[in-house]
Amino acid sequence: MTISLQLKDVSKNFRAVKAVDNVSLQLFGGKIIVLVGVNGAGKSSLLRVIAGLDKPDNGQLLFNNKSINDKSLRQVATLVFQKTVMFSMNVYDNLAYGLRFREMPEKEIKEKIDAALADVKLSGFEKRKAKKTSGGEQQRLALARAFLIEPEVLLLDEPTANLDPYSATIIEKAVLARKSSDRIIVMATHNLNQARRIADQVIHLHAGRIVESGLRQGFFENPKNELTRKFINGELEF
Amino acid sequence: MSDLFLDSLQQALNLIFSGNPEVYGIVYRTIYVTGLGTFLACLWSIPLAILIGLYSFKGRWVVRGFFNAFIGIPTVALGLFLYLLFSHQGILGSLDLLYTLNGIAIGQAVLETPIIVSFVSNALGTVDIQLRDLARTLGASGVRTDLAIMRETVWSLVLAIAAAFNRGFGELGIAALVGGGLFGMTRVLTTAITIETNFGHFSIALAYGIILMSIVLAITLTTNLVERLKREDFTLPKWNIRKSATGVHNNDHQSSA
Repeated sequence: MTISLQLKDVSKNFRAVKAVDNVSLQLFGGKIIVLVGVNGAGKSSLLRVIAGLDKPDNGQLLFNNKSINDKSLRQVATLVFQKTVMFSMNVYDNLAYGLRFREMPEKEIKEKIDAALADVKLSGFEKRKAKKTSGGEQQRLALARAFLIEPEVLLLDEPTANLDPYSATIIEKAVLARKSSDRIIVMATHNLNQARRIADQVIHLHAGRIVESGLRQGFFENPKNELTRKFINGELEF
Repeated sequence: MSDLFLDSLQQALNLIFSGNPEVYGIVYRTIYVTGLGTFLACLWSIPLAILIGLYSFKGRWVVRGFFNAFIGIPTVALGLFLYLLFSHQGILGSLDLLYTLNGIAIGQAVLETPIIVSFVSNALGTVDIQLRDLARTLGASGVRTDLAIMRETVWSLVLAIAAAFNRGFGELGIAALVGGGLFGMTRVLTTAITIETNFGHFSIALAYGIILMSIVLAITLTTNLVERLKREDFTLPKWNIRKSATGVHNNDHQSSA
């Protein structure tokens, strides 16, 4: 069964700023949905609402057509942050963090971590201090940590920003490999080439609102909205 | 003056290295009193620090300011206040704490409370706010999220406890007023130094002074070492976080948004 997540008239304000303004959309498993938009467009805020980290001020979220609150959302959705953050532990314990309180046997945890590290080309990093690894390595570790808990909704906030092409390619391949009907993947990015490479559906956000949403090819080749056309051409200022 | 100091120093070293039972009795008593005081202070100060450092509530800054202000409270003033509380006419007179080691320990616990609360709550407040989000997005419950934050500040907690112990170990006002400096009973290092100096027993006073300084210095040097380990991101033994899991179940999606 293909899973779905629906947002109905969702808004999130930070004091006077409308970070997410009356957003309605439906997301399905098996597709990679890419959020694009200028800085401050509301991509990260929208991802945080979907992840259950921020409660929406208005609107409703439905997971598989059933209403879901922020606490329950955090059990199905995981967000990989733009600025990577690691616990003061070694790589193994950082990766095991989400698995240990899911009562997974330690042997199974180890097997999963070995596979996840191989997946992001960081085998042998288990005993290293996570905070001492490079920015690219930390981003790959953050991705592996999110993969390990096998979330039904995987949210990625500019996971390849400031990374070298090698690390970016590894991350893109790893994300593409996670595409399945029982997983919704939403990624925010500034990188339009990356969006062209991996997106099935592209959503353009501007000032907290959805300006245009469509399949990749139509979105880039024939944008319907003037703001989207300007954004693709690099002419849109915030 | 110089001769007096050198003679006293020589006699003091003889007293220390000869294993004088009176000297060591006072040292053990001081360590016991301050250890108990620090333990008691930790019992209520750490939960208070967590409350102030991790949770938002109305007037939090006032509470934080109150504890910050009391870090430097004069021990003689606190000692007098406690003396009046513990004296037979005082509110807590029935507890018979005046002129007892437990009375001094309670007084030192009160003295150390603002140090632990302020240091630990400030340290908790400096943890990267995204660590909290990270724990939550990986499915951690509220308690587990707090534990993850506390784990990041565990060395600050060690430093705070060491600083509190040092403060209690070197204080005189509470030990003198609440303890009374009774020979063989409530006399601790600081009161012993004062009494022996008043009697003109400079060598024994200096011996106590050397021991007091050595212990305080040893604790300070140890805390510096801890700080260095902290800087180098020393890894602690794992905490067992297996039980009381939040769990990941797909049957909990019914609740309303």
